[in-house]
Amino acid sequence: MTTTSAPTGTGTVLSARNLVKHFPVRSKGLIKRKIGEVHAVCDVSLDLRERETLGLVGESGCGKSTTARLLLSLIPVTSGEVHYQGKSLTTLSRAEMRPVRRDLQIVFQDPFASLDPRMTVSEIIAEPLRIHGLYNDGGRNKVRDLLQVVGLNPEHGNRYPHEFSGGQRQRIGVARALALRPKVMVLDEPVSALDVSIQAGVINLFEELQEELDLSYLFVSHDLSVVRHIADRVAVMYLGKIIEEGTTEQLFAAAAHPYTQALISAIPLPDPRKERTRQRILVTGDVPSPVNPPSGCRFRTRCPKFANQLTDSDKQRCINEEPVLTDRGHGHNSACHYAEALKLV
Amino acid sequence: MSAAPPGAHDPDLLLQIDDLTVGFPTDDGLVQAVRGVSYELRRGESLGIVGESGSGKSVTSLAVMGLLPQTAKITGSAKVHGREVLGLSDAAISKIRGNDIAMIFQDPLTSLNPAFTVGFQLAEAVLVHREVTKKEAHKRAVELLDLVGIPFPEQRAHAYPHELSGGMRQRVVIAIAMANNPSIIIADEPTTALDVTVQAQVMESLQAARRETGAALILITHDLGVIAGHVDRVNVMYAGMLVESGTVDDIFYSPRMPYSLGLLGSLPRMDEARHERLTPILGTPPSLVNMPPGCPFAPRCPMAEDLCREQEPELRPVDGGPHAAACHFSDRLEGASPADLFKAPTLDADLIADLEEQQ
Repeated sequence: MTTTSAPTGTGTVLSARNLVKHFPVRSKGLIKRKIGEVHAVCDVSLDLRERETLGLVGESGCGKSTTARLLLSLIPVTSGEVHYQGKSLTTLSRAEMRPVRRDLQIVFQDPFASLDPRMTVSEIIAEPLRIHGLYNDGGRNKVRDLLQVVGLNPEHGNRYPHEFSGGQRQRIGVARALALRPKVMVLDEPVSALDVSIQAGVINLFEELQEELDLSYLFVSHDLSVVRHIADRVAVMYLGKIIEEGTTEQLFAAAAHPYTQALISAIPLPDPRKERTRQRILVTGDVPSPVNPPSGCRFRTRCPKFANQLTDSDKQRCINEEPVLTDRGHGHNSACHYAEALKLV
Repeated sequence: MSAAPPGAHDPDLLLQIDDLTVGFPTDDGLVQAVRGVSYELRRGESLGIVGESGSGKSVTSLAVMGLLPQTAKITGSAKVHGREVLGLSDAAISKIRGNDIAMIFQDPLTSLNPAFTVGFQLAEAVLVHREVTKKEAHKRAVELLDLVGIPFPEQRAHAYPHELSGGMRQRVVIAIAMANNPSIIIADEPTTALDVTVQAQVMESLQAARRETGAALILITHDLGVIAGHVDRVNVMYAGMLVESGTVDDIFYSPRMPYSLGLLGSLPRMDEARHERLTPILGTPPSLVNMPPGCPFAPRCPMAEDLCREQEPELRPVDGGPHAAACHFSDRLEGASPADLFKAPTLDADLIADLEEQQ
């Protein structure tokens, strides 16, 4: 999608158009001259609908967390626009942004680093209420209820974060994000740091909260099996660009971009018989540097299709022409000149 | 702790761990990280050890490698090729470490020396255990880099660790591990720090290393998916004990210990229809200081009875085979699915209503 008009489609809560974020690379020494730019996010457009979970997946360094932060205006955009309920967020001042923040909350990956170790759990959860002037109106009870909703004992409110396990801490982070009754929650790798048996409980909590409180989630993760479980739609990022998006069913049943195919086939299945017999699409090498991305299609340097199936004249197109995200039916978009649907699971 | 008589030793029996316990003294008391673990590894076999953080899966192998701190209290026995290795002096175990047994750690950046080229570090591993010239060692280093699938091994041998990507570094570590044709490779979470596409490449290199050396593999991981694809046998650990042991098919298709079943039910699966809810195991693993009597899993187990809280079950064979489980009621689990046992808890509707009202 390359439209630049503000989206008016019904049901869209948060939308991004042509987001670009470049980070400067500076030289060493005193002067710190700018010697280049990391192209972290390049022309990303996303729509998050009401009561929907949108999964944003990709490998480390693909720009998925940067995209999430741009959506919440936690870092300034280089160019592009973010709209929340028809309002443009990118032009708002900090003071103007504050009331909007009530509706847009985030849960971070690391439950150890994201909670202040010197505040009690009740204080942590009460902080957003205080900032927005809502604490005096029955704040204590709200905090107790929040603790109970996320599955913690409200009696433990006067304990400190270090007294809790990783899963419990992540629940504290969720309670803090819920305190202002947001409409949109950005979940940035919320279960990656947790053990499997604990992870399942936190995933269930997210699902139930969404049903009960009509939340919209942007679920950022590198774990495709978790994303498949929780997301309604999925967008796959590679080197700062969305290369495929569609509903979860479309994406997993008929992945069309070679990168998505490789990602799906690289996830080990917890089933020995299937694991022995399944088709694997291996990619070679590592993600190229986002300071100097390859010309044309950014994935071509690792693409198994480019390396093994295409003729030299076909390859010229990948080298010279950047593939755009095109609809291949029913909102299933992919950015590959030679996209071909494959069923891998 | 006496060495077995040399004549009686079965040459295919590479590693024999018997009733191994490891404790760490702390201010709060003795942390019993490993509480009586016994298992064997035979030539050419691949064994997976699964468990969550703190289950003692890494500590067991660190004890065998003699890599635990001096303060650790170790009892029991661990024999490599029939020879006791616990209590060996550092000089004596150094002859075994890297030669008979090699180990691959989770973070390749900390296991490589940043001040030397990878070629030098590979050659060093060869020189320590072999009577070869430096030139021959370097040649072997390049060969090894090629074997683990590193492109342009000649040039890459002159690279420093920071010049390589995470996946490439882990392959260098695998190359070092296979440098002396060890009979056992222990890989401790070898791909946890890596992206999935790179994980697939690194696991491929590890398989290549095994094909080349014929080494037996102990793969320690929390990822049941990695286990399913790469090992023949599985040991499941919980709170410092083996709680189930069997072939990979036994563990995945007919687990007989509620914990193993619960782990499988907690996993979101890509290969099955999407469920409404996962079935998590409630609660958290027990503290390893002052363990209460009874089965360590009992507080989290939906089928726990009084017996479970009084008496700790031993690892006993089920179905007469090599499949064994530590559960008093393992026979009740025949044909059970995770959802039969574990229930997905639901939110309290009244609470949510309260929360809505307050807004």
